[in-house]
Amino acid sequence: MNDAAAFDLAAIRAQFPILSQKIRGKDLVFLDSAASAQKPRAVIDAMVGAMETQYANIHRGLHWMSERTTEAYEGARDAAARLLNAADRSEIVFVRNSTEAINLVAHSYGRGIMKPGQAVVISAMEHHSNIVPWQMLRDAHGTELRVAPITDAGELDMAAYEALFADGKVGLVAITHMSNVLGSYTPAERIVQIAHAHGAKVLLDGSQAIVHRRIDVRALDADFYVFTGHKLYGPTGIGVLYGKRALLDAMPPWMGGGDMISSVSYEKSTWAQVPHKFEAGTPAILEGIGLKAAIDWVEAIGYPAIAAHEAALTDHALARLSAVEGLTVIGRAQDRGGVVSFTLDRAHAHDIATLLDRNGVAVRAGHHCAEPLMRRLGLESTARASFGIYTTPAEIDVLADTLIKVREFFK
Amino acid sequence: MFEELRDLYNATILERGRRPLHMHKLDAFDLTAKGDNPMCGDRVQVWVKLAPDGAIAATGFDARGCEISKAAADLMVEAVAGKTASDTKSLFAAFRTLAQTGQCPDCAEALAPMLPLAAVHEYPSRVKCATLPWHALIAALDGQGNSTSE
Repeated sequence: MNDAAAFDLAAIRAQFPILSQKIRGKDLVFLDSAASAQKPRAVIDAMVGAMETQYANIHRGLHWMSERTTEAYEGARDAAARLLNAADRSEIVFVRNSTEAINLVAHSYGRGIMKPGQAVVISAMEHHSNIVPWQMLRDAHGTELRVAPITDAGELDMAAYEALFADGKVGLVAITHMSNVLGSYTPAERIVQIAHAHGAKVLLDGSQAIVHRRIDVRALDADFYVFTGHKLYGPTGIGVLYGKRALLDAMPPWMGGGDMISSVSYEKSTWAQVPHKFEAGTPAILEGIGLKAAIDWVEAIGYPAIAAHEAALTDHALARLSAVEGLTVIGRAQDRGGVVSFTLDRAHAHDIATLLDRNGVAVRAGHHCAEPLMRRLGLESTARASFGIYTTPAEIDVLADTLIKVREFFK
Repeated sequence: MFEELRDLYNATILERGRRPLHMHKLDAFDLTAKGDNPMCGDRVQVWVKLAPDGAIAATGFDARGCEISKAAADLMVEAVAGKTASDTKSLFAAFRTLAQTGQCPDCAEALAPMLPLAAVHEYPSRVKCATLPWHALIAALDGQGNSTSE
């Protein structure tokens, strides 16, 4: 626990202005970071500072402000490339969020490179954002959609996954790296090895995983990796699509407009090099600057310390919640992160969330944008507590103690 | 800890949410519709039997959701018994005002069965739980198969 020893939780919390807010006179216990994380002072200051001192449109101005802003925005690309250990900064495409990144791949790689009759493999624990784009591709392009099952513990069934490749039709795998409902990590390296052995490419949805673990796209040999800024303590409106350069080069553009062209005439336009080929229009400039600040901030704390802190929190949460009478933790994966879904015998998830909120505790309740997973689990909805870098063991105690009172309330 | 929540989770709501009196499909019905709240996953289906004069003779429902949505559906069945489609729509408009604001200056006495839900306006994220069954009922009366509280 050397890393954890160096991890000063009080100092970290002090950097999040929102954590000093009171909710109806109670301390805010924010356990909904998997939906969107709170923002540290470094991110807030970077964005406000840019607006106050250094802002103009980028990539086109011939003046000082534009040059400085371009530099700051492009700094985010370097930061993201470093974060993911990408081979080259041109492999980082900025998008609005993970959903847009997946849609970009579904349109450009799906329609541009994949052939009708090929199959896309997803898993049974995907967020809607990694289901619906592939359904749309299927319906528009004649690809097939295959679903790799999960075990009752909430882990990917690897034997069944591998069996999906038997007929040689799979062209692309698109799988979460960490479930937003169950907290399960998927064995990304093995997923990629199996897919590559069968000639398929792999997109990993790292929306949750990147918050908790160091991601090395080259070690994983991932073809595409996507994440969103707002779950990583950055702003909304900015996300990242990592793609191997050769794949991005071969893919047609998705959206057309300014910034993504090399030349335009009425007869024919030619495309800019990657990544700009995929970045039509004025991008989320301030959000890019905020994302860079978030990445720098996370890296300064360091993933070993973050992972150790969150592993300890998750162990504590599983122990405390499992001890609440009538409470069932959903998903028991061996390799899991700081997301814990649960049900309570006497109360529906929405009623749980309303009562918890009265004690200042913010959780998510519902189907978590994963309806097919809920059906697989035989559930309508769950309540979900999710942890961030600023979450304390004492907050988990407040959650568990309040849940005991929730259950009493509904007796 | 939660005593102030008894304004919403009062005895009627808890009783009707857990042991609804009308949560069943009608054996014979003229109209049916489903209601979905896609944001939270709540789902309700209503079945309506009409009298010869077109008024609501009987209503049954099935619901998957929280105490609020089930209790709202159960109380709604009683509020709309014997009402015409037009009366039912007026009642829904009045109930929506009640659910959103807690006020209902010219509420008809017919809305009395819904009054236990008046406190839901203090919980903005839960108002849709209370109105979802009404959306489904109006969709059924209008001959539409589906509705949403979004």
